[in-house]
Amino acid sequence: MNNEPNELLRVHNLETTFFTDDGAVPAVDGISFTLREREILGIVGESGSGKSVTSLSIMGLIPSPPGKITNGEIQFGGRDLTKLKEKEMRKIRGNDIAMIFQEPMTSLNPLFTIGKQLNEAILLHNKGWSKKQATARAIEMMKLVGLPRAEQLIKEYPHQLSGGMRQRVMIAMALVCDPQILIADEPTTALDVTIQAQILALMRDLNERLNTAVMLITHDLGVVAETCERVIVMYGGQIVEEGPVKEIFESPQHPYTKGLIQSVPDMRYKKERLYSIPGNVPKPGSIKKGCRFAARCEYAFERCLNENPQIYHTNDHHISRCFLAEEKEVALND
Amino acid sequence: MTGITPEIQLPEEKSKARSPFQDSLRTFRKSKVAVVGTIIVAFFILLAIFGPWIAPQGINEQNLKLRLLPPSSAHWFGTDVFGRDIFSRVILGARLSLLVGFASVALSIIIGSILGILAGYYGKWVDTIISRFFDILLAFPSILLAIAIVTALGPSLFNALLAIAIVNVPNFGRLIRSKVLSIKEEEFITAARAVGMRDTRILWGHVLPNSMTPIIVQGTLAIATAIIEAAALGFLGLGAQAPQPEWGKMLADARIYLINAPWTMIFPGLAIMLTVLGFNLMGDGLRDAFDPKMKN
Repeated sequence: MNNEPNELLRVHNLETTFFTDDGAVPAVDGISFTLREREILGIVGESGSGKSVTSLSIMGLIPSPPGKITNGEIQFGGRDLTKLKEKEMRKIRGNDIAMIFQEPMTSLNPLFTIGKQLNEAILLHNKGWSKKQATARAIEMMKLVGLPRAEQLIKEYPHQLSGGMRQRVMIAMALVCDPQILIADEPTTALDVTIQAQILALMRDLNERLNTAVMLITHDLGVVAETCERVIVMYGGQIVEEGPVKEIFESPQHPYTKGLIQSVPDMRYKKERLYSIPGNVPKPGSIKKGCRFAARCEYAFERCLNENPQIYHTNDHHISRCFLAEEKEVALND
Repeated sequence: MTGITPEIQLPEEKSKARSPFQDSLRTFRKSKVAVVGTIIVAFFILLAIFGPWIAPQGINEQNLKLRLLPPSSAHWFGTDVFGRDIFSRVILGARLSLLVGFASVALSIIIGSILGILAGYYGKWVDTIISRFFDILLAFPSILLAIAIVTALGPSLFNALLAIAIVNVPNFGRLIRSKVLSIKEEEFITAARAVGMRDTRILWGHVLPNSMTPIIVQGTLAIATAIIEAAALGFLGLGAQAPQPEWGKMLADARIYLINAPWTMIFPGLAIMLTVLGFNLMGDGLRDAFDPKMKN
């Protein structure tokens, strides 16, 4: 265990609830995981599984009301982020933990030039820098993320850039302060496939060069396979499986993960129809009893309907929240 | 075909960085109606600035021998009951009307924006208090409320200006509030927060500039309304006081000579109509230019 990189971020039993007119909805329901230094951790799940809420919880950006972190802790740098005041949290945002978003078309302010927006982010965390220094840093970062003719680009407006370029600008902006963690919330979903591959390659490259740990949130298993070392599969606000990417793809333990993998089109075989998991993601909080996936699970048996399975360790770095994994459970000597 | 493909010279794209604002101005310039409106407005602004040098006479040069003369080469717009040159008074009145128009609207925009932004961004009880305040103001017919305010403050041009400004606050406040409500859901606001920006900075640096376009449009149209309201208050004797050459006041004074000397009424009335028309045309043009749905 000692040669494993250090823990950077530890989420423990996090519970984020939205208080709506229909009652309290637990969008994230008691999840625990760690992010280690320099790793790329994938978080996958369908829409509504709680991936984005998890990332916003870490950033302290849950819109409140109606949302609120109701339980658990987020340990980072010896502090619990859920207990920090807004002012202290602001220092961490952008500086230690940065985030990029799904829609590069709308995540830049349309009224200001690229340079002005990068400068603003740089000067925010580097008090006392001159504008010239900030601009130099902005150009340096833009070159780092592979943007051509950076000197001209800083004078341009967001609408003059393509989606891929804007996402690169967003990555540059996220990295200006050398954050330890970069949270990427579906960074490639809105881009077309070739650009997607470029952005992922860029993120892998930056991860290696800058030693920034990346939390990659996506619904695309292909993206995970290409990019991540470890992956967390979320369903209904809970972690249903977690393990190294290779293991997850070769021997998925949870039926949901199996279903997800099967629904990725495979070019090698001609199938009649692409597999899809029947049914929809249940509304958060709607399943009170039993396994949350039971209604859609082809392996479900009686116990699944009555009892919510706990987390079972099938080996020392692979967990699954399924009764089928119970017999495979190994005793872990802590 | 020689087989050697000449190297394709892509024309070096002179990417002129144009802000969305500059783009809208280009659209604006293409609209004939908007340009006509702007020319009318510019004409009256020039009159307001250079009036004292253009006008052949002062505002109160009475000559009782020349009472109620019809338009002639000596007095283009005729003379009023005190023998004052109406042409001069109409020209000099431009300054008063435009001053009231611009100043009252500027005041409403400042107060309305601050209240609207606070209500929209912070929501909760801040929103409740401010929105209810707007509702109360809007519950009165605007001219009635203005009359009430001027009556309380005492009739004068400045108080009329103040009253018009107060009456218009909720219009701007609600407009900004709704705009802020939609802007704050934009991803770039979340992105700005994720960079670690503080609320106040996001509010004034990012939310406000993005909420400005409807304000510019509404502001231009509101100047027209404000000029009419100032004229109405002047007509009722609650705005400008004699001998100020305010157009509404001139109309009121000319009322009794309508049959015998219609020119005393026609020219101030025309001036009001033209300015209002100019601002309205300009406002319409701005709206078309700033509305993304109207583009192309």
